[in-house]
Amino acid sequence: MDRTLRLIPTESTPAAELARTIEALLVVASQPLPLEELASAAEVDPSQVEQALEVLAERFAEGHSGIVLEHVAGGWAFRASAAAAEACLRLFDKPAEKGLSQAALETVAIVAYLGPVSRPEIARIRGVNVDGVVAGLAERGLIAESGRDDEFGAIRYRTTQLFERVFGLESLTALPRVDDLGTDVAQIRERLEAVAEKRPA
Amino acid sequence: MPVAVRELELDLDAFEGPFDLLLSLVLREELPLEEVDLAEIVIAFAGHLQAKGELDLDACGEFLVLISALLELKARAMFPEEEAELSELEPEAAAEELARRLAEYRRAKEAANWLRERLDERRDIFFRLGPAPLAPKAERKLAPQEPLELAAALRGLAVEPPEPSTAHMALRFPPVSRFLDRWRAILRRRARFDFDQEVAGLSRVEVAVAFLALLELCKQDEIAIAQAGSFAPIRISRADAERTLSWTAHSA
Repeated sequence: MDRTLRLIPTESTPAAELARTIEALLVVASQPLPLEELASAAEVDPSQVEQALEVLAERFAEGHSGIVLEHVAGGWAFRASAAAAEACLRLFDKPAEKGLSQAALETVAIVAYLGPVSRPEIARIRGVNVDGVVAGLAERGLIAESGRDDEFGAIRYRTTQLFERVFGLESLTALPRVDDLGTDVAQIRERLEAVAEKRPA
Repeated sequence: MPVAVRELELDLDAFEGPFDLLLSLVLREELPLEEVDLAEIVIAFAGHLQAKGELDLDACGEFLVLISALLELKARAMFPEEEAELSELEPEAAAEELARRLAEYRRAKEAANWLRERLDERRDIFFRLGPAPLAPKAERKLAPQEPLELAAALRGLAVEPPEPSTAHMALRFPPVSRFLDRWRAILRRRARFDFDQEVAGLSRVEVAVAFLALLELCKQDEIAIAQAGSFAPIRISRADAERTLSWTAHSA
C-alpha cells in the first residue's frame, strides 16, 4: 500500500482543506451558492473562499473534469461538462427551456428588463394578450410572482434564479444594455416617415 | 387565412374583448372613447398581423377605415372647439407615440434574439435541477428535552382509559307508592321526622324517589315541609300537626 493514488489531492494545508469543504458544499447544494453563503458555512473570510474557488475552478474546468464549476445566477455551482452533452441528452431532457417560442422569449426578455412587471404592462409592449405565455413561463419556473401592482393590484412577475442559470447569466446585469438593443425612437420615426413619403399621393 | 379584424381580441386598460364589441359600445356611447387608447389597438393589430405571418390587404384596409373613424370620433370628443388646431397637432403626437411604442417593442424583440443566441450557446450545458435534496437548516423551535422525561410523560398518556360505566343502564326505580306508604306510616307514629335521617343508607335513586314521594304528599296537603336554609336538614311534619303548632304559637 505504498502507492497512494494521486488523483485526489490529499495535502492537508488549511487552503486545501477549505477547497475540499467548498467542493462538498457545492455538491450538496441544489442551486448556485453565493460567495457569502459559502463563507458563512465554512466559517472563513469571503476572500479565502475566493481563493479556494480559484483552485476549484482550475480543477473543475472544461477539458479537465466531467464536472465544471461555473459562476452563474449570483453564485457558484457545478454543472456537467459540455463534452458530456450527448450522453446527458440521451438520459435527460431540458424541460425549462425546451421548445421556448418566440413569444415566450420576448415575454421573458421584457420581464427580465422591466421586472417586476404585470401582465397588462407586458401586453402593452407586445401588443397582444400574454396570459398564456406568462402562465407557461411560470410553469417552466423561468419567471415567478413578485408582489402586486400598487395601483391596480395586478400580479407582477420577475425572472427566477433558474432563468439566469438556463441562460448562463451571472446576474441580470449580464444582459445587454437597453441602449445597445434595437433602434432608437428617432430611427424608427425616420423609417415611418420614409414609408409615408413613398405612399402614392 | 384572412385576419378577422372585428374579432381581433383587445386587452386595453379601458376595455377587454373583441374589436367588434368595442366598436358597438363606442357607437352606442356606452364606452367613452376618451378612455380608449387607440394606439394600443393599432399595436394589437400589428401584433396580430405579425403572428399570422402574412399581409392581408383586405383586413388592413378594413382596419384602417375603422381605426381612422375611431380617431376622428375621439378627436372630436376631446377637442370640440379646437378642430382647426387639431389637424396639425394630433397626427404629430400620434406618430411620436407610435414610434416610441414600436421602439419599445423592437427592444423586446432584440432582447429575445439575444436570449435565443444565449440558449444556443448553452445547448450543451446540463446542470442538476429539481427539488432540493437537502433543505436549508431550519431553526430548532422546541426546547431540548431529555428522551427519558419525554417517555415518562408519554407513558402517563399511554394507559388504557377506564371502561365507561354502564351501571345506570341496570338502574331499577322503586315505585313512588312504596315511599308514600312509608312516609304515611312514619307520620302515623310520629308527628314529624327528619328526611336525611330516614333515607340514610339508601341509594341515590331511592333517595330521589323518596323525595318525589314527599313532594307528592305535600301537594296533597298531607304534610308540611320545612328547611331552615340551603342544605339544612329537611323536616317533615303532619299537616295537621303543623297547624296545631301554629295554634299553640298563637295561643302562647
